[in-house]
Amino acid sequence: MSDISRRNLVRLAAFAPLASAVAGPDNRKRALTSADAVQEQARARVQQLHLPNLPLLTHEGRKVRFYDDVVKDKIVSINFFYSKCDDICPVVMPNLAKVQHLLGNQVGRKFFMYTITLKPEEDTVDVIRSYRKNLRAGPGWTFLTGTPADIEGIRKGIGFTYPDPKIDGDKTQHIGNVRYGNEPLMLWAACPGMAHAEWIAESFSWMIKPDTNRVQPDDGSRRPADAHMHDHMHDHPENQ
Amino acid sequence: MEGLADLAMRFFNVFGEKVSGSRYREMITAAKNRRELIAAGLANRRDLMKMGLLTPTGMLVAMGGLSSRAFGQQTGSNQLCIPGNQAASPMTRPFVEPLPIMPVAATIPASALNPAPTVCPNTAAGEVRAACHQAPQLNARMFPLPPPRVYQMHQQAVTVRQSPDLPPQTVWGFNDGVHGTLSPGPTYAANYGVPQMTRNINALPPLNQNGGFGMPSVTTHLHNAHNPSESDGNPCDFYGIGNFCDQYYPNVLAGFTSTNPPLGDINEALSTLWYHDHRVDFTSQNTYKGLVGFYLLFNQFDTGNENTGFHLPSFPQFDIPLVFADRVYDSTTGQLAFDLFTLDGILGDKFLVNGVIQPFLQVQPRRYRFRLLDTGPSRFYEFFLTDLNNPGAKNPFWVIANDGNLLQNPVQVQSVRIGPAERVDIIIDFSQYAGRTMYLENRLLQINGQGPAPPQGFAAGQLECNTGLDANGNPVSILSDIRPAGSGDLLMQFQVSGQRVQDGSVDPATHPGFYQLPSTNAAPRVVRTFKFDRLNGQWSINGQFMDCNEFRFTVQQNSVEQWMLTNLSGDWTHPVHIHLEEHQILSRNRQPPTLAVERSRKDVSQLHPNERAQLFFRFRDWLGKYPMHCHNVVHEDHAMMALWHVQPQGDDISIP
Repeated sequence: MSDISRRNLVRLAAFAPLASAVAGPDNRKRALTSADAVQEQARARVQQLHLPNLPLLTHEGRKVRFYDDVVKDKIVSINFFYSKCDDICPVVMPNLAKVQHLLGNQVGRKFFMYTITLKPEEDTVDVIRSYRKNLRAGPGWTFLTGTPADIEGIRKGIGFTYPDPKIDGDKTQHIGNVRYGNEPLMLWAACPGMAHAEWIAESFSWMIKPDTNRVQPDDGSRRPADAHMHDHMHDHPENQ
Repeated sequence: MEGLADLAMRFFNVFGEKVSGSRYREMITAAKNRRELIAAGLANRRDLMKMGLLTPTGMLVAMGGLSSRAFGQQTGSNQLCIPGNQAASPMTRPFVEPLPIMPVAATIPASALNPAPTVCPNTAAGEVRAACHQAPQLNARMFPLPPPRVYQMHQQAVTVRQSPDLPPQTVWGFNDGVHGTLSPGPTYAANYGVPQMTRNINALPPLNQNGGFGMPSVTTHLHNAHNPSESDGNPCDFYGIGNFCDQYYPNVLAGFTSTNPPLGDINEALSTLWYHDHRVDFTSQNTYKGLVGFYLLFNQFDTGNENTGFHLPSFPQFDIPLVFADRVYDSTTGQLAFDLFTLDGILGDKFLVNGVIQPFLQVQPRRYRFRLLDTGPSRFYEFFLTDLNNPGAKNPFWVIANDGNLLQNPVQVQSVRIGPAERVDIIIDFSQYAGRTMYLENRLLQINGQGPAPPQGFAAGQLECNTGLDANGNPVSILSDIRPAGSGDLLMQFQVSGQRVQDGSVDPATHPGFYQLPSTNAAPRVVRTFKFDRLNGQWSINGQFMDCNEFRFTVQQNSVEQWMLTNLSGDWTHPVHIHLEEHQILSRNRQPPTLAVERSRKDVSQLHPNERAQLFFRFRDWLGKYPMHCHNVVHEDHAMMALWHVQPQGDDISIP
């Protein structure tokens, strides 16, 4: 039996109770036998609820699927913008360019940055390609457009929404956060796109190396030297 | 008298409100349908209209169990009735499991620590600590190393049952070496004047065994302790599996080197503290996973013995810590579920007390002290004592401590409200309920992470899911944020024995005095203003965001400051926590606090919408870095936090 078919069997076994899923005292029968099955199932649920496999177009005009091609098996950051946005995008986007610079050649190899337009009607492939070029974004940072419906599905999936539908519909108030995560490990978090670039880069680096140790020394100055990252320094882009 | 059999037949919606069986099935089906629609990529209005599922006014066509709520409102996470696109959790029977009571944490001989503890971090052995211990360096006689009490806690995974109706759950807890791994962790019983140390060892499973959420990278904060910075459990100091941190807890009163040498100010005595993981950006996941526990601090007045001191009910038999937590379970797998993709907050539809869903507790007809702790992640509670056979009756009880700090005198209340991370110690006299069954009930309405209020654009009572049933099973329309008695969340059940017993504890009605409130007359060295806001969805303080690499301002050691906390974020309530020192609320919107229980020392203050709270601080004794942050841990994890530090020379930045 190949690995793949064995994995599929595990998955089938894990999902078999779905067919008869009725809330009630019989839930105990659905106890999962293996930690791997729990892990697989949790990952499938994250995908199902939050990472829809909707089609998108890259700045190079390539057709991709959000789950299969953008996030699956990858360590990523995702944020939203639109090219004519003149409130926070002029702050967030150059800030992310700085983050890419700080992460160095890890971007495109270990880490993939994605920026999705909120106004695909205006932001065609040509427009996002030119915006990306003006930003001097390096390899490993992909800009994406698509149909309005698909982009809404992705935005809602990753939780970049407001409870108030009026604000949620106002693109000038769009969420300025950057979602970052390690898809296979189901590590997901977010930070403000307007935070300091060094801090964003450090946060992203935890997805590559989650067992980082860190202490923040206090030498009395307001902006102390970089944190001591005991076993992380060798992985820092500047040290490569 | 209502029997358990009746309760077992009940179904509960996301608020824990009773709903009919058919309504419950509708909820499950509607949620399933929504998931299918989303999975099919049909999450937008046009597609739904094309399918004939959505009317032009935005209402879903009521068919096939689809919700009659406006689909347009179902944006993202924790909207309205269904948190995080999740279905309601599977049904569980309430009040079938006894309340677990966490054991007192066991010490180990100091000689058992390997390697032996060192004043400065033993980095070579895998210790991750920001600085050398301040306390033994300050006074080695008062704070010896090792101290008289030493603990070793492994953070580990453990499989538990949170309800007989759910499959086993793998959570994370604390193992003191004697009681196995527990979540909530064992309760520290600490004493003023007896310093202690905990070696916290990260022995969590690797990431590919985290069950879907949780970061096996930790820093354990002792919430509200007057502790040196390096032992505080700062969010910016964290460590991975296999590493450890020795945290020194001096158990000393504030002012011991400054305003009130050599022992500190007795009126700053703390009683009910708690410990929890504080890993920056991942605190919500790790605390949801179970990394919480109590730390009780006794002294010559709050002795734990009802025959001495203030004569408060004896620990542990009649003095019981209660950890409240709301959770969601996956409707199909029954596994604990965490919404990794919310910016607002997470609300559960299942209510755990001490790690079990809706437990019962057999009590004697006498006075008990309960220490109520809201561990969040995002829910506010208003606790009432309810008799379901007589829901109209008022059942007052006594509040004796706010955030674990004994008040000047007990305050009699009909209810008490707390938010995430807040504590309240109460005394209930069960002698008047001998032979009856009573409930601790949360009657506060909260439908999203914003706090206890209907969401913007909705009047209370307008939402379908605001409608609960009264105790007779009749639907009720809810016009305030307090639900009718019996239709809130029944958190736990008290089965009161009919057997008369002796009670040596003080009767709060005799107006016993505890501590005096420390004076707030001293002029502040500096007044600082902090605006809590949301900028394009980014939680901010003064327009800035959490950054471990920046101290936003410097407090001068042993000085008085006044902080103005301003909430500009519309409809959001932020429970704001400040480390190191407690504060007193001088005013809310220029008015002194109106609630008697707020005339107290606090370490978390709820900052309500469009409110400015004026806080008095005296930062004493210890040096180093500390954070202030919103304790809705989802907001905290999304940068609503600022790092500052205490140094011999402070700055006067008024808007840091």
